[in-house]
Amino acid sequence: MSLTISRTIVDQILQQSRTEYPDEACGVILGPQGSGTPLRLKPMINAAHSPTFYEFDPKDLLALYREVDDKDEEIVVIYHSHTETEAYPSRTDIAYAGEPGAHYVLVSTREEIAPATEFRSYRIIDGMVTEEPVTILD
Amino acid sequence: MTTAAIEVRIPTILRPYTKDAKVVSADGADLKSLISDLDRQYPGLAERLLEDGALRRFINIYVNDEDVRFLGGLDASLKSGDSITVLPAVAGG
Repeated sequence: MSLTISRTIVDQILQQSRTEYPDEACGVILGPQGSGTPLRLKPMINAAHSPTFYEFDPKDLLALYREVDDKDEEIVVIYHSHTETEAYPSRTDIAYAGEPGAHYVLVSTREEIAPATEFRSYRIIDGMVTEEPVTILD
Repeated sequence: MTTAAIEVRIPTILRPYTKDAKVVSADGADLKSLISDLDRQYPGLAERLLEDGALRRFINIYVNDEDVRFLGGLDASLKSGDSITVLPAVAGG
């Protein structure tokens, strides 16, 4: 298990997280169905507009799944930012993780690590968190 | 009460209950009875959709393209040909 992802997408996610600070930023990366390859970044609105919580708007969520189906894509990565804590899944992240096939990516905008890159990936299945290596392609 | 043949799209995380079927068929004049019928066919499924008799906060159910919370929740009336989509919320802290 590992995640390979382009530098461009990583940078865009980090930029989005800084822009949306102090709220958590969130989104998905899509790829061709069955490929497991994250190619198309799709930032989503954090309907919770909160520094400690994120949630896709239910209407946006349905539109996302329709789009993914129509384009024969899959959700490869689900990402969000933590604003003041490390990039590790919180208890609520684990409780609500509903996509066993996705990589859950966490980034952090906490000041003590900025501008260093804290970009980490996990599988979250049945309440079990497994961190996996991330390879960033320049 | 008429029964309805209603298509229900099941998300990946709940497919262990439906033997991996992505789309199943169920009957019900409203969402509550549809969920009962689903649970009769796929035991355990209702428990994943309901909590203390109400829809779970972090499960979204849509009738056609509308969030069922805006259609009366469990009382939302259904008719033959409707399409139900179940999606777990994407949320966390």
